[in-house]
Amino acid sequence: MTALGVLGGALQAVLVVVGSPLLVGLMRQVRARMEGRAGAGVGQPWRDLRKLLGKQPITPRGTSELFRVAPVLLVAMTLVVAVVAPFVSTASALPPVADLIVVVALLAHGTVVLALAGLDTGTAFGGMGASRETTILALVEPTALMAIFALSVPVGSTALPAIVGSGLQDPARVLSPASLLAAVALLLVVVAETGRLPVDNPSTHLELTMVHEAMVLEYAGPDLALVELGSAMRLSVYLGLLANLFLPWGIATEAGVLALALGVLALVVKVAVLGAALAFAEVFLAKVRLFRVPELLAGSFLLALLAVTAAYFPA
Amino acid sequence: MTAALYHQLLDLTAGALLLTAVLVVWRRDLAMIIRIFAVQGVALAALVGVLAAHEGSVELAVVALGVLVLRAGVLPALLRRALAAAGDDRRETRPLVNVAASLLAAAALTLLALAVSAPIVELAPSPTTRAAPIGVAVVLIGFFVLVTRRRALSQLVGFLLMDNGITAVGFLVTSGIGLVVEVGVALDVLLVVLVLGILTGRMREVFGGTDLDELRELHD
Repeated sequence: MTALGVLGGALQAVLVVVGSPLLVGLMRQVRARMEGRAGAGVGQPWRDLRKLLGKQPITPRGTSELFRVAPVLLVAMTLVVAVVAPFVSTASALPPVADLIVVVALLAHGTVVLALAGLDTGTAFGGMGASRETTILALVEPTALMAIFALSVPVGSTALPAIVGSGLQDPARVLSPASLLAAVALLLVVVAETGRLPVDNPSTHLELTMVHEAMVLEYAGPDLALVELGSAMRLSVYLGLLANLFLPWGIATEAGVLALALGVLALVVKVAVLGAALAFAEVFLAKVRLFRVPELLAGSFLLALLAVTAAYFPA
Repeated sequence: MTAALYHQLLDLTAGALLLTAVLVVWRRDLAMIIRIFAVQGVALAALVGVLAAHEGSVELAVVALGVLVLRAGVLPALLRRALAAAGDDRRETRPLVNVAASLLAAAALTLLALAVSAPIVELAPSPTTRAAPIGVAVVLIGFFVLVTRRRALSQLVGFLLMDNGITAVGFLVTSGIGLVVEVGVALDVLLVVLVLGILTGRMREVFGGTDLDELRELHD
C-alpha cells in the first residue's frame, strides 16, 4: 500500500460517485440532442437522485432482507472496484484486489445480487428480468474471461496495474491485433453488462423488452436511488476500465498534485468521450431481439478467442 | 521500413483479413456481406503492398495494385449487380447452421488452422510464414460459408473467401509466385464469378429463387 495508491484510491472513489450520474446525464443529453430534443441537462440524474433520497423508504409486502440489502451491496461492490482499479493512478490501494479476474467477479456479483432481489419480490416482472439478466450474464462471462486472458498473456500477469503500466511503457502494444480484438470484445461485454443498446434499452419500461428495468421495478425511494447510483457507477467503472486498459495515457505514475490532477483530467476526458461516443452510436441502433443476443455474444466470444490466439501466436 | 513497423503492418493486415472473414459469417444482410468482402480485398492488397515495400519489388507492387482493382473493385461490383438483379431476396435468412453456432465453428476452424500449419511454419520461421496460418484459417472459414449457406450469392462469397485465403497463403509463403501465374489465377476467378453470376440469373428466371436446397428434388 503506497501513498500514491491511497491518494489515488480516495480520489477515484469520490470521482466515480460524483461523476457517474453526470456521465449518465451527459449520455442522455447527447442522445436527446441527436434526436432533436432539448434534453433535461447533464445534472438531471443528480436531481432525480436527490428527489428519490428525500422520499419515504417503502418495500413490497413479503420481501425478505435480501431485497433491502441488494442496493447497498451493489453500490458497495462497485465502490470497491472504483477504489482499487487503476483509474487515476497506476498504484492501487489494495494491490491483491486490483486483479482483473477479481474486479470482473465483483462487478458480476452486483448483477447477481440484483437478480436475486428481483426474484425475491415474487412478481412476474422481477423473475422475468432476473432470468433474462442471468442468461445474458452467463453468455458474457466466457467472453470477458477470454478477453482478460488476451490482455494478460503479453504482460504475464492479471494484475490491473501491471497491464496498465505495460501499456504505458510500450504504446505499440496497444495497436497490436490481439489488443484491438480484445478491445472490441470487451466493448461488447460492457454494452451487455451495463444494459445498453443493442442488448437492453435503458430508457424503456415496455414489459416485452426490458431486462435491467424489470428486475428493479419494485424499488422505490432511497433504495431506487441506490440502484440507480449503482448502475451509473457500474457504467462509469466499466468505461474507465476500458479506457485505461487500451488508452492508458495521462494516468498518474507518481504522487504529485500535478500528476494526480492530470490523471483525474485524463480519466474524465476519456470516459466522457467514450460515453458520448456510445450514446452517439446508440441513436443509430435498435435493440436486437432477445433470441438474437446469443448471436451477438457468440461473435464477441469469437473475437476474444481470436485475440487470445493472436496473443499466443505472435506472427 | 523498419523491422518493427513491417512486423506490425503485417500483423494488422493479416488480422484484418481474418476479421473480415469472421464478419462475413456473422452478418446476414447480403449487401453488407459484399461490402465486407470488398474491405477484405483492400486488406489483401495492403498485405501484398506491405510485402512489396519490404522487398522493394516493383513486380509485387504491380500485383498489389491488380489485387486491389480486382478484389476490392471488380468482383464486389459484379456481386452487387447480381444482388440488384435478385430483387427482394437480400438476406441469408436461414443458413444450414445457425449464426451463433457458425461463429463458434469459425473459432474452432481458426484454432485448427493454427494447429495444422504449425509444422509448416517450423520449417522456415519468419514473420511472413508465421502469418500464413491466418490465410489457412480464411480458406477454412470460406469453405465453411460455401457449404452452410443456402443463397447462391453467399456461396459465391464463400468461394471468393477461399480464393482470398489461398492467395494470402501463396504470397506469405513464397512472396509472390510470378506475375504470369498471378494474372492467370485472377482471370480464372473473374471468369468463375461472371459464369456463376449468369448462372444465378438463369436460376432465378427458371425457378424464381436462388435457394439451392429447392433444387434437390425433381419436378415436372
